[in-house]
Amino acid sequence: MSATSSTENYVPKTSVGRIANFVDSRTGGSAMVKELGRKIFPDHWSFMFGEVALYSFVILLLSGTFLTFFFNPSMAETHYTGSYVPLQGVEMSVAYASTLDISFDVRGGLFMRQVHHWAALLFVASVSVHMLRVFFTGAFRRPRELNWVVGGVLLILALAAGFTGYSLPDDLLSGNGLRIIDGVIKAIPLVGTYISMLLFGGEFPGTAIVGRLYVLHILLVPAMILLMIAIHLFMLIVHKHTQYPGPGRTENNVVGYPVGPVYAAKAGGFFFIVFGVVALLAANFQILPIWDYGPYDPSPISAGTQPDWYIGFVDGALRLMPGVIGNFPFEFVILGHTLSLNVLLPALVPAGILFTLLFTWPWIERWVTRDDREHHLLDRPRNAPTRTGIGVAGVIWYCVMWAAASSDLIATHFHVSLNDVTYWLRVLFFLGPIVGYIVAKRIALALQRKDREIALHGRETGRIVRLPHGEFIEVHEPLDDYHQFRLVNFESPEVLPAQPDANGRISGKEKLRGRLSRLFFEDRVAPVTPAELEAAHEHGHHPAIEETAAETAAETQVTGR
Amino acid sequence: MKALSQRRRHPLAAIALLLLGLLVTGGLYAVAGTVNEAKAQTTTYSAQDVEQGEKLFVANCATCHGINAVGAEPGAHGFQAGPSLIGVGAAAVDFQVGTGRMPMQMSGPQAQVKPKQFDEEQTRQLAAYVASLGAGPAVPSEEVLDTTKGNAAKGGELFRTNCAMCHNAAAAGGALTRGKFAPALGGVTGEHIYEAMVTGPQNMPVFNDANISPEGKRDIITFLHTIEEQGSPGGAALGSLGPVSEGLLLWTGGLAVIIGFTIWLTQRSS
Ligand code: HEC
Ligand code: HEC
Ligand code: HEM
Repeated sequence: MSATSSTENYVPKTSVGRIANFVDSRTGGSAMVKELGRKIFPDHWSFMFGEVALYSFVILLLSGTFLTFFFNPSMAETHYTGSYVPLQGVEMSVAYASTLDISFDVRGGLFMRQVHHWAALLFVASVSVHMLRVFFTGAFRRPRELNWVVGGVLLILALAAGFTGYSLPDDLLSGNGLRIIDGVIKAIPLVGTYISMLLFGGEFPGTAIVGRLYVLHILLVPAMILLMIAIHLFMLIVHKHTQYPGPGRTENNVVGYPVGPVYAAKAGGFFFIVFGVVALLAANFQILPIWDYGPYDPSPISAGTQPDWYIGFVDGALRLMPGVIGNFPFEFVILGHTLSLNVLLPALVPAGILFTLLFTWPWIERWVTRDDREHHLLDRPRNAPTRTGIGVAGVIWYCVMWAAASSDLIATHFHVSLNDVTYWLRVLFFLGPIVGYIVAKRIALALQRKDREIALHGRETGRIVRLPHGEFIEVHEPLDDYHQFRLVNFESPEVLPAQPDANGRISGKEKLRGRLSRLFFEDRVAPVTPAELEAAHEHGHHPAIEETAAETAAETQVTGR
Repeated sequence: MKALSQRRRHPLAAIALLLLGLLVTGGLYAVAGTVNEAKAQTTTYSAQDVEQGEKLFVANCATCHGINAVGAEPGAHGFQAGPSLIGVGAAAVDFQVGTGRMPMQMSGPQAQVKPKQFDEEQTRQLAAYVASLGAGPAVPSEEVLDTTKGNAAKGGELFRTNCAMCHNAAAAGGALTRGKFAPALGGVTGEHIYEAMVTGPQNMPVFNDANISPEGKRDIITFLHTIEEQGSPGGAALGSLGPVSEGLLLWTGGLAVIIGFTIWLTQRSS
């Protein structure tokens, strides 16, 4: 026990010191703090979204606990007698009435509800952005694949937490959302009706669902999120943080501040910043005004019914799906059972594709590149053009569905026809990702070429100089080493054609891999080699160098194939 | 009683029953009809009003609605043809002209609201003229518009069941097909709300007194005015558009501010 031995000859002088020493000599706390405190956290703004997610979760726990003191998850009928006049005497569930009480009759209740809900929106948003950062920088590669999967599970849990919470107040809006979920469940062939009956304890809406969702919302889902966060952070400590490439940054070190004391202080301060932003939102902007929507009742529906933003993409997919195409209906009756593909396909397929790709991506990329090495240095998104292109395609696909969830508001606010909005979004649903892929990849390649140009010839200064013999040139200023390093030092995998196996045969799978590898890397822009750099620096600005550079790049490609 | 039960199986019993049923429904219908008509007679217009109204009508409306308001051929004068106005009642005119929809300015999916072109007196005269062509819903009386007698909670329930599917539960408006829309109801007078219900402008259905009683209509008006006056208890309402504007604010406002802070916090070292 090094912790105890090192403190043996230490004699505390103050009473606080004595208490601290007492605890420390029995728990070994200081060793732990020392170990954790020496962990290094590199500083880049894009690394902070995980923290934002963590902090918003803490805010959710705090505000949620407050709400549990006053919320009553019962679907028993009651007549409202609280202080909101336009609902006095209206028949409603106890759950809805208690949420009204939180809003109008509990001191600080409305603020806490709004804190909870704004924090929920921020939670899912920060988890998503965090995930996009990890994807576009390649931080999911070995050894972090499993942590990527844990992150994906956290995203799904975040959606689940949000949806179960959203349905608790039992207002008209959330009831409409539940009705859609009920419809989707019932569209599942054979078992759908049974699942729906089980979930709602009978025919929708029943009298059980709020209580059940409540247990999920305040117990099961948060507990699982906590567990996953623990695993996530534990793995983070084991793997250490990734970093962007830079001078002195290698695969074997981490450059940045140690956690304690500077980083810990910054992180602590950052928590209060996030809390402050959420509190400002909650104090100034109304969110889910359940009194506007009224108590849930299966007959009314309100125009402009949408779910919270993170469920929007599923709602949008449902809105985009046509019921019939020409004479082809998407609803069949088979042996007396209705198969509603018009509900089943949009509700499950796009989300299924997105999440399957998300979970398997580290393995797909590892398979295509055959790169099984550990990576602790990140890619700049431009230096992995195909991955960036695919990521952008996914984001666009998601955004098209997301936009479709607000098709009615797009129509009314931009004075266009709702039908036209739907037609255009249907087109974009198919074309958007393709165009997004091509454009993003081309932009990434162009940026790489620009980097190459700057690395070889320096920065354009905009200063035109006339030489003694009359020629005009623009002065290019060489970069300092720090910036130069960033431009030339990156990994650039090459095409790896299909390889024969031990028997000398090339399997179909391997051929596919070879083809994908070509798609990924055939138009790669090779990083500047030291030789090129030297040549460029010796000769100043010579067009010949560009040519040799292009030639070497072409050569590497040829040999690569 | 005995005689009646004995003849229950008489061959003519079915016919008698049918006659009785027709008589009752017909009678009820007639009563309901006269209720509306009776109201049409409550506001009395002078012959002079009608005469002035006709002049205004010929000058401003007949291009589309035809002389004598019988309706015009589709495509006449390059305008969207106006329907016949016989029997639409004074309420329809008061609503359409009073909200500035008529005279229609531009063809399109829906007649747009614009600044009123006629003052109250002229609107009254136009209404008098159209009312003189055939009985229809009248301009509502003060009594049915008196919101101090209305019940906002009941009105809210009626509004959610009958109107929210088009106008949104918070009366923020909503989209219909092909560029048509149900407008937001903020700032609409009680009189116009009432008239909209009894005349059903364009794509809005008619809610006659059998659907929603005059008291129910008054409750709806009370509800709409109450939620408009109380504002939004939780802060800025973000257009009452629900989760879409909330999500938009979170991404563009909340998250953007936080990104700004992250850049600020990490600035020193890189
Ligand atoms: C440019 C053509 C045009 C002009 C001018 C015009 N209207 Fe109309 N009006 C229409 C059309 C078209 C409709 C039908 C709107 C719809 O239902 O979509 C209509 C509908 C109406 C209605 C509603 C009928 C109903 O069934 O409830 C009234 C009332 C009316 N107009 C009155 C007038 C009056 C009064 C004027 C003159 C001040 C006028 N209009 C001028 C085109 C016109
Ligand atoms: C089928 C959809 C639909 C329903 C249901 C409906 N409305 Fe409308 N409402 C409309 C449309 C469309 C218009 C616009 C008509 C126009 O511009 O001439 C409208 C217009 C109105 C207006 C005029 C607003 C203005 O800006 O002048 C009022 C008031 C109104 N509705 C009230 C109601 C009330 C109250 C109910 C329920 C009893 C109701 N509506 C039900 C579609 C609907
Ligand atoms: C894990 C992330 C969580 C998310 C994303 C989340 C999300 C939500 C949402 C969107 C609502 C609807 C709020 C509204 O009425 O505007 C809600 C309600 C509620 N949540 Fe959470 N929540 C989370 C965690 C928790 C926790 C940990 C608790 C309790 C310990 C909790 C307790 C409640 C209660 C009691 C309600 C209903 C009260 C009300 O609607 O006002 N939540 N939640």
